[in-house]
Amino acid sequence: MSDLRDLYQEVILDHNRKPRNFRRLEAPTCSLDGHNPLCGDRISLDVTLEDGVIKDIGFAGSGCAISKASASLMTESVKGKRTGEAEALFEAVHQMLLRGPGGQFDPDEVGDLEVLAGVAEYPTRIKCAMLSWHTLNGALHGAHDAVSTETGDESGGS
Amino acid sequence: MTAIDARHATTATQPFDVTRVREDFPILRQLVRGKPLVYLDSAATAQKPQAVIDTLVRYYTTENANVHRGVHYLSQQATDDYEGGRSKVRAFLNAKEDREIIFVRGTTEGINLVAATYGRKNLGPDDEIIMTAMEHHSNIVPWQILCQEQGAKLRVIPMNERGELLMEEYEKLLNPRTKMVSVVHQSNALGTLNPVAEIIRLAHQQGVPVLLDGAQAVPHMVIDVQSLDCDFLTFSGHKLFGPTGIGVLYGKAALLEAMPPYQGGGDMIRSVTFERTTYNDLPYKFEAGTPHIEGSIGLGAAIDYLTALGLEQTAAYEHELLAYGTGRLSEVPGLTIIGTAREKAGVLSFVLENVHPHDIGTILDTEGIAIRTGHHCCQPVMDRFGIPATARASLAFYNTREEIDALVAGLHKVVEVFG
Ligand SMILES: Cc1ncc(COP(=O)(O)O)c(C=O)c1O
Repeated sequence: MSDLRDLYQEVILDHNRKPRNFRRLEAPTCSLDGHNPLCGDRISLDVTLEDGVIKDIGFAGSGCAISKASASLMTESVKGKRTGEAEALFEAVHQMLLRGPGGQFDPDEVGDLEVLAGVAEYPTRIKCAMLSWHTLNGALHGAHDAVSTETGDESGGS
Repeated sequence: MTAIDARHATTATQPFDVTRVREDFPILRQLVRGKPLVYLDSAATAQKPQAVIDTLVRYYTTENANVHRGVHYLSQQATDDYEGGRSKVRAFLNAKEDREIIFVRGTTEGINLVAATYGRKNLGPDDEIIMTAMEHHSNIVPWQILCQEQGAKLRVIPMNERGELLMEEYEKLLNPRTKMVSVVHQSNALGTLNPVAEIIRLAHQQGVPVLLDGAQAVPHMVIDVQSLDCDFLTFSGHKLFGPTGIGVLYGKAALLEAMPPYQGGGDMIRSVTFERTTYNDLPYKFEAGTPHIEGSIGLGAAIDYLTALGLEQTAAYEHELLAYGTGRLSEVPGLTIIGTAREKAGVLSFVLENVHPHDIGTILDTEGIAIRTGHHCCQPVMDRFGIPATARASLAFYNTREEIDALVAGLHKVVEVFG
């Protein structure tokens, strides 16, 4: 089961069981819904910004272990960061997940989020992991319409 | 021998020999992720027997030509075999005439054809279409589009917790505004077998035609359109162990004749001038353009194969397997079967406590076990049961008890990972 454990690492299972920042915020600066129509994964994301810094972030929704753990990990990793840093992290995670067979990524750029690296081996699950990130990216760029994973570049291969 | 007799011919003589039958399906010999493939996704698409594969190869190797157009030898050959496929479908469904068999791309196109032609012509503002709460999206959306265009309305027969239709509600829904009843025969998401004979009888009392979505039912039971007396029936070749891209719309000749054409083009015309076109006779009126020639021939080969096995025998075997699977799945802690209708076939849809179906699907995949997870194109069914998705194992006659055992072992592994 070694390859399976690459995907379902203990950290991921733990975040799935006990998602962090799993709550709606009272007065967020921006909120956005994300939806993965193929899986039915749904996320509602709230962000409180202060002087370009993510002061607080919370999410609610339902989904598979990968999407829930990815959202939970994301909230931990971007809280307290400047929006520009969060965007750079989005790019790094995107690069890690869509690196393709034998592709490279820089572990330093993703930090703790490296536990998600195994998802890249499961093309049908990449959008599960990307859902929360697309939603955050949309929220930070002032989007109002719900984000769908079917429009991203990981939308193929379902 | 009539079609029905032929289909009964091989039944009840010897027990169903699944080991031998599996040898007819080359794909089942494969290893997937280093493990023997356990294919439990036949409701999505069925695997193809060697006889079908060989037929397609033979067609392209020795016979390929366009149909209905050439005086040359190959064209005649291809036309005969293409039309031969139609005759086989007619016999298989026990339809009266070959011209009642229209080739389409699949179930989806069959329903779209009826909605766009019969529907546009016969439905107006406030007319009603009755369907069930367990329709595939392909039997919802074409009618919704029609409703938007014509101002008609959808009416839905509700179901109980087991996934059985509330027939007394259906009777209440039928009224003088009802212009069409379009229902799924066997639910792909729940496995429920709907009481279609009774649905048809009640609709006909009011003079309302009935379309059956036979995508799941046709591969798994003997269907006789004359004794059922359905007005339309549509199914997909790829779920009947035949090629993708070919499907069938059966319609009663009188209805089809009165319907306007679906698409315009070659083959569907008798004469064309810039002022006016006269349409061709049935079935060609509904088959514009070069058809799916090898699709018809391959579907014919699939029907021959299935007829030789005996559809009653394969259905009985699948039924036993379903009972065995239902029992074994109930041993898995935290598992709930979704869809427990008393009349049911071929489908084991389930959810597992605290585990999302997609995680179940991925873990089983690492064991070489192919199931489907998601909403199965039946979002209203998921909403009815208050779940986002299910995991679904679907059966065909080439599946075995050992494969069910492998599924159960895989599910125990899922529980272990998420426990
Ligand atoms: C009950 C039912 N109806 C309709 C369809 C649509 O069939 P197709 O995609 O072959 O047109 C399916 C297949 O998924 C089905 O299971």
